[in-house]
Amino acid sequence: MNEIRKQFPVLNQEVNGHPLVYLDSAATSQKPIQVLEAVKNYYELDNSNVHRGVHTLGNRATDSYEGAREKIRKFINAKSTQEIIYTRGTTTSLNTVASAYGRMNVNEGDEIVISYMEHHSNLIPWQQLAKEKGAVLKYFDLEEDGTITMETVRNTITDKTKIVAITMASNVLGTINPVKEIAEIAHSHGAIIVLDAAQSAPHMSIDVQDLDCDFLAFSGHKMCGPTGIGVLYGKQALLEVMEPIEFGGEMIDFVGLYESTWKELPWKFEGGTPNIAGAIGLGAAIDFLTEIGMDKIAEHEHSLVEYAIQEMDKIEGLSIYGPRDPQKRCGLITFNIDGVHPHDLATVLDMNGIAVRAGHHCTQPLMKWLQCTATARASFYMYNTKEDVDRLVEGLRIAKEYFNDVF
Amino acid sequence: MSFNNNLDQLYRSVIMDHYKKPRNKGSLDGDSVTIDMNNPTCGDRIHLTLKINDGIVEDAKFDGEGCSISMSSASMMTEVIKGKKQEEALELAQIFSNMMLGQDYTDKYDLGDVEALQGVSKFPARIKCATLAWKAMEKGVSEQK
Repeated sequence: MNEIRKQFPVLNQEVNGHPLVYLDSAATSQKPIQVLEAVKNYYELDNSNVHRGVHTLGNRATDSYEGAREKIRKFINAKSTQEIIYTRGTTTSLNTVASAYGRMNVNEGDEIVISYMEHHSNLIPWQQLAKEKGAVLKYFDLEEDGTITMETVRNTITDKTKIVAITMASNVLGTINPVKEIAEIAHSHGAIIVLDAAQSAPHMSIDVQDLDCDFLAFSGHKMCGPTGIGVLYGKQALLEVMEPIEFGGEMIDFVGLYESTWKELPWKFEGGTPNIAGAIGLGAAIDFLTEIGMDKIAEHEHSLVEYAIQEMDKIEGLSIYGPRDPQKRCGLITFNIDGVHPHDLATVLDMNGIAVRAGHHCTQPLMKWLQCTATARASFYMYNTKEDVDRLVEGLRIAKEYFNDVF
Repeated sequence: MSFNNNLDQLYRSVIMDHYKKPRNKGSLDGDSVTIDMNNPTCGDRIHLTLKINDGIVEDAKFDGEGCSISMSSASMMTEVIKGKKQEEALELAQIFSNMMLGQDYTDKYDLGDVEALQGVSKFPARIKCATLAWKAMEKGVSEQK
């Protein structure tokens, strides 16, 4: 993986006098040179608007933009590119489902089921929808180790449930949820399932046909791509009957004075000039990930997490949240050290060149469940090494000593 | 460790003393002004109660959760504003804000322990931690005017 690391220019620098150890990829990943060049090449050689130019540059831009869509289709094994909608990111994707599908299909007394471990972006859209429609918002309870049992799933989903929305991998607990089994149960009650793949698409292979999910959302910037580009996958039959939520240029077929009609899928959901450079950059990121292999990436992260848990366990007063089994979790570790507030911890680590996240990670209900207001989180990607873990553990020891002994 | 020198600028012993032994911790009863404020990006939270009579901040207590910087800053703030006129308390909030931005500020007040927070200005990510309690105080005092 050392060769891979060299392809990320940003990693080759000192921060506060120490070589940078970047452990915040769950917030946003770093970008390899291939992605940076794809974006640069587009602006330097092909910059033009898509789907309208008769000229050569317009054709090149359109080909690259639509070519990236085909790469995404293949990446998640969707049936057709008509099922791949470009968005701003996971948040926009999930809001689109809540607005365009939810408003049409959820009525008073219906149920929407989510879990305590949802990121705010897979929680508030459903909270708002439930309030607007007089629907009931229900939560899957969590076990003590931060997992959801199938018994809980069976007991929570009922014939009144219209939508089940759940994350594939928790950005705090690291829990990987059994979403294929949950989808089966949701479907047996006539509900649809919406998957938040923000923390899974970058780290493991996804097959939407095998999972049989109805919608799936993810962001480009967490998987080596640019910010401001993301994806909404939806089953074609569902997308066909949904109304667009943004109207204007790019998404129309025929416009009259009092009536208009929409373009076919996926463009009816892509009003306005899209993030062309972002889409092309995401296409390059997918090429990069595919070349390494998603299974290889997942395996590398599992081994880092296993090693990190083993070493962090040796620090007295350090507690790790979520499942203990590295195979049951994705490549991140959320933790606290007794007597050291996570912000203080993050500052000490930063002074040692180590970037981690501290705070509530956009999961306030989960923090309440964990009975803490904030935690620290180290998250890994394919460019991290065992040496990075050693540096983290050394930094944690320094922080603990500094706060417990100096004063 | 070389970086400990930098850390020492941020975590002066007087700060840690206020963190571990906060002054004026708790809540005032009766006719007090109550302000609840939080820092949504990090989860820090303060519950501040002020007793203001005849334009004077007679008493102040705080409760809350947060890092060493936010809680020690709250503790120091309550100490410094007690007995001050409302205008003076607001002026102190402005002085503190200037201090956090690394700007010059007037020496007409004895800031006491608050001076120890000067080092925070060199840690941009932590300035919001330090200013939370002062923003709450500013809100409470100006609402009473």
